[in-house]
Amino acid sequence: MLKQTEGSAAVAEAVALCRPEVICAYPISPQTHIVEALGRMVTAGRLAPCEFINVESEFAAMSVAIGASAAGVRAYTATASQGLLFMAEAVYNAAGLGLPIVMTVANRAIGAPINIWNDHSDALSQRDCGWIQLFAEDNQEALDLHIQAFRLAEELSLPVMVCMDGYILTHAYEQVDLPTQEQVDAYLPPYEPRQVLDPASPISIGAMVGPEAFMEVRYLAHAKQKQALELMPSWTDEFKRIFGRESGGLTHTYRIEDADTVVVALGSVLGTIKDTIDGMREQGVRIGALGITCFRPWPTVAVRRALADAKRIVVLEKSLAVGLGGIVSNNVAASYAGSPDLVHTVIAGLGGRAITRASLHQMFGQAVEGRLEPVTFLDLDHAAVERVLAREREQRRSGPIAESILRDLGVVGARIG
Amino acid sequence: MTYQPIRFYQTGTFTVGNRLLPDDQRSVQANMRRTNSLNSGHRACQGCGEALGARYAIDAAMEATNRQLVAANATGCLEVFSTPYPETSWQIPWIHSLFGNAAAVATGIAAAMRVKGRDDVRVVAQGGDGGTNDIGFGCLSGMFERNDDVLYICYDNEGYMNTGVQRSSATPPAARTNTTMPLGESAGNRFGQGKYLPAIAMAHDIPYVATATVAELHDLEAKVRRAMEFRGARYIHILVPCPLGWGHGSAETIKIARLAKETGLFPVLEAEGGKLTNVSKIKKKLPVEEYLRPQQRFAHLFRDPPRRDVIDRIQQMADRNILRYRLLEDVERRA
Ligand SMILES: Cc1ncc(C[n+]2csc(CCOP(=O)(O)OP(=O)(O)O)c2C)c(N)n1
Ligand code: SF4
Ligand SMILES: [Mg+2]
Repeated sequence: MLKQTEGSAAVAEAVALCRPEVICAYPISPQTHIVEALGRMVTAGRLAPCEFINVESEFAAMSVAIGASAAGVRAYTATASQGLLFMAEAVYNAAGLGLPIVMTVANRAIGAPINIWNDHSDALSQRDCGWIQLFAEDNQEALDLHIQAFRLAEELSLPVMVCMDGYILTHAYEQVDLPTQEQVDAYLPPYEPRQVLDPASPISIGAMVGPEAFMEVRYLAHAKQKQALELMPSWTDEFKRIFGRESGGLTHTYRIEDADTVVVALGSVLGTIKDTIDGMREQGVRIGALGITCFRPWPTVAVRRALADAKRIVVLEKSLAVGLGGIVSNNVAASYAGSPDLVHTVIAGLGGRAITRASLHQMFGQAVEGRLEPVTFLDLDHAAVERVLAREREQRRSGPIAESILRDLGVVGARIG
Repeated sequence: MTYQPIRFYQTGTFTVGNRLLPDDQRSVQANMRRTNSLNSGHRACQGCGEALGARYAIDAAMEATNRQLVAANATGCLEVFSTPYPETSWQIPWIHSLFGNAAAVATGIAAAMRVKGRDDVRVVAQGGDGGTNDIGFGCLSGMFERNDDVLYICYDNEGYMNTGVQRSSATPPAARTNTTMPLGESAGNRFGQGKYLPAIAMAHDIPYVATATVAELHDLEAKVRRAMEFRGARYIHILVPCPLGWGHGSAETIKIARLAKETGLFPVLEAEGGKLTNVSKIKKKLPVEEYLRPQQRFAHLFRDPPRRDVIDRIQQMADRNILRYRLLEDVERRA
């Protein structure tokens, strides 16, 4: 059914159709609308039997999900940013225990300075936590990925994080195709836990493991996660048959046949990138894009294949490995058969800084002409940071930095446009 | 409370002996068919009060729930010594997730049981004083506030024992731990405001709160049984001496626990819906010195010259407990 709706509402609807049994959440922007909607559905009895638990922290939210999942029911939660970091210990634990929890991350920057707007720092900070991480490009994909996430999680007994850009997707009204309950039921079988806390057959879960077996346990986590690389593509036909549209998979390519320059990115910015590419294609520039839907496990083969004929690569990412440069670009470089020098890192959109077509057009142009630096901060106010750096060279002072930059820029709030 | 202390006419003690009692008054531990929920083979130190407390409490909970019990365990000695991979001492469904989240994991299990319509399955969360008073305090308070159907049991050995005996907020003033060494002028752990968790639990007005020690098996078992008669959040705080961390003989565990109660330092009580309903009276008031002296962690108070000032302050704490919880009243009346 086609419906004009908010991204959060669409995702809440998708989660509801997956028949969750325990939903626990702690509010944080921009995740709130998702859990509010689910809370209403549970209260109205639409999801019965389902428990909605208002917890006192994100750490508790993930812990409740862990308990529920270990006791054999389908558990869901959602968070973002500081919330994801606050639950980090439990995030790793859920993966280590192999519990098929599904969590939405409404991607948002991490402070300090505190910032509620979108980037990917939160999810990427957890890239090695053992969760499968999927990134949605638009609201339709966000909706679809949640349905696939439950199936994937339960098939592999691993937790899955579905990442969608905060505000840009969560708060955007778009038309989506909402599936029916019958369609989702046909795709997603009931949860059949392989191990469960049950007095009829007592087991101990979460025992201490020493050096004699820890490596093996970690290897198995790695091997298990990599199975998603085969499963996800193999399910696309089935998804299409049931839902009547293509969705999911590991990566999406856009006009990369014959492309000399390939732009790699995650999430909603791919829309702007594609528009920019269309414009440049009209001018005869051979440029295309590679969207990464599945960030963990990293789709090495798919990325290598997509980049095989590229002469230069621009990785545009909303995250920063401080002291190094890119996070995504490092993953890309490791999968690119050509010289790593040809992989450019562009850090963009941090803390919600708008990524405009004009800026992309200019920066892609530089790339095509071979003038792009190895690491670029898109639309950075160079003068402002230079002034701060110069001042600090003159006078050694420790302490907070954001305040002085804002004074320099002459703004009180953060600049978002 | 249904349980009446049994006084053996031969000895005048409250001993655990069962053979003279009618069947229905015998302890769960004395029953040949007890579940041995925490079975032999675990790696606790000799004389570990926590191992004893957990076995008593969980066996009693198993009995009270017709063996329909699931447990969530915080990180700590109990978790580590009971599950050295690939072995486990637990004969019940048991999960360990993290140090600070046992209460929340239990909430999740309880929610799952509700969803599955398994009202008969009851959930216990358990942790040490560190996992309860300190790092798990937020999750515990959340579980209380929501009145989730979980019995939380704290095994209080007054310190972070699993990491090698460091101070927790349950460590008593003047106690020596590896982070509160009595060096120079310092007399061990400082006198703070204390953080008496049973009272904090009571302040949540939850259905049932109790304290107990491993010295009184019948009392402990009766409290677990009583706790299981309620739905909603329940809390039992058990004093479990730790021979390693407290520095007493491994055969002294029960004696030390009894002294903690008989000096008034550890009030043994019950509360329902936030109201105190029962306190175990002190039989014969003993000076705190009797409790402190046998423990190496207080040895620095008894050197030459002894720290009378510190011992007096500890005595004041005991006296305050005795007044606040009327721990002596009955005995005084009898005398
Ligand atoms: C987040 C976190 N911080 C610290 C630790 C280290 N740690 C493990 S057990 C423990 C002490 C446990 O103390 P308590 O809860 O009182 O239990 P006990 O061992 O005394 O029975 C500590 C500090 C940990 N496992 N996790
Ligand atoms: S250190 Fe203390 S609590 Fe831990 S096992 Fe030994 S006696 Fe028990
Ligand atoms: Mg302790």
